[in-house]
Amino acid sequence: MKDLLREYLPILIFLGIAIGVAGGAVIASYIIAPQRPDPEKDSAYECGFEAFEDARVRFDVRYYLVAILFIIFDLEVAFLFPWAITLGKIGMFGFWSMMVFLIILTIGFIYEWKKGALEWE
Amino acid sequence: MIIQTLIFYVFAAITVAGGVMVVTARNPVHSVLFLILTFFTAAGLFILMGAEFLAMVLVVVYVGAVAVLFLFVVMMLDINYLKLREGFLQYLPTGVVIGLILLVELVMIAGKWVLSPASLESRAAPTPMLVKLTNTEALGQVLYTNYLYLFEAAGLVLLVAMIGAILLTHRVRPGVRRQKIVDQLARTKGNSLEIKKVPIGGGV
Repeated sequence: MKDLLREYLPILIFLGIAIGVAGGAVIASYIIAPQRPDPEKDSAYECGFEAFEDARVRFDVRYYLVAILFIIFDLEVAFLFPWAITLGKIGMFGFWSMMVFLIILTIGFIYEWKKGALEWE
Repeated sequence: MIIQTLIFYVFAAITVAGGVMVVTARNPVHSVLFLILTFFTAAGLFILMGAEFLAMVLVVVYVGAVAVLFLFVVMMLDINYLKLREGFLQYLPTGVVIGLILLVELVMIAGKWVLSPASLESRAAPTPMLVKLTNTEALGQVLYTNYLYLFEAAGLVLLVAMIGAILLTHRVRPGVRRQKIVDQLARTKGNSLEIKKVPIGGGV
């Protein structure tokens, strides 16, 4: 337990340095740089012309479909990791339970392929 | 040990503060960003408990995929913030009732976990000590054998999610020209090429 946390200590230090540098840059520029705000300076800059519209535009629902299909296979892969490292201990039963799991998801994969959900145009 | 406790309190405080900000932030995009912060600090808490695998999955799946999906949804809804605030008092009682129901359910589940004999039995076989085997191995040893039904049920849930997402969002667009490899390979000179004799000065 202690050893495990000691292995993660560099990540924590790294995190601390990253937050320190990022926060320090913002705070330092806030303190050191001269601040003379002006409506023109504060307005959004878009290659010299006025901003057309809000940055939040509606986009096609198909991006959502691609994202959710990605999540599903992401989760499937997450299940594979513990299986892969314990395969020697859980034996044939564990092996076939994962195969059933994969077959279930492969059915879904074939379905989405045949439906044309993976095609853009 | 004291450092560990200190880190725990820092992470826990950030998690709770992030959770509060998710609910109270005015801009939905900021809410999602605070949600990502909450996920990260929760991953830190998992590591403090020794649950490495859960921490990594939290970062990969939740931060990498689910939060991005939330951003998609937030972007897709073309919300007018002022309109969103309008019905706040009107919906407050409904929201409070739903929150209370969820709270009662959580308390009941936690109570069953603490009190029932079946869970006492399963808690009698806790996670093995980390010196013996890692968290990922400990999960793998029980997930695919002892908890087989739950594991396969998870597969079915994923299948339903996949089919549901396709049914809801996929629609066949007529008149779209796709690449059909079979048709392309089946083309022959005979059905795709026409040779015409053009007389000199005549045109086609």
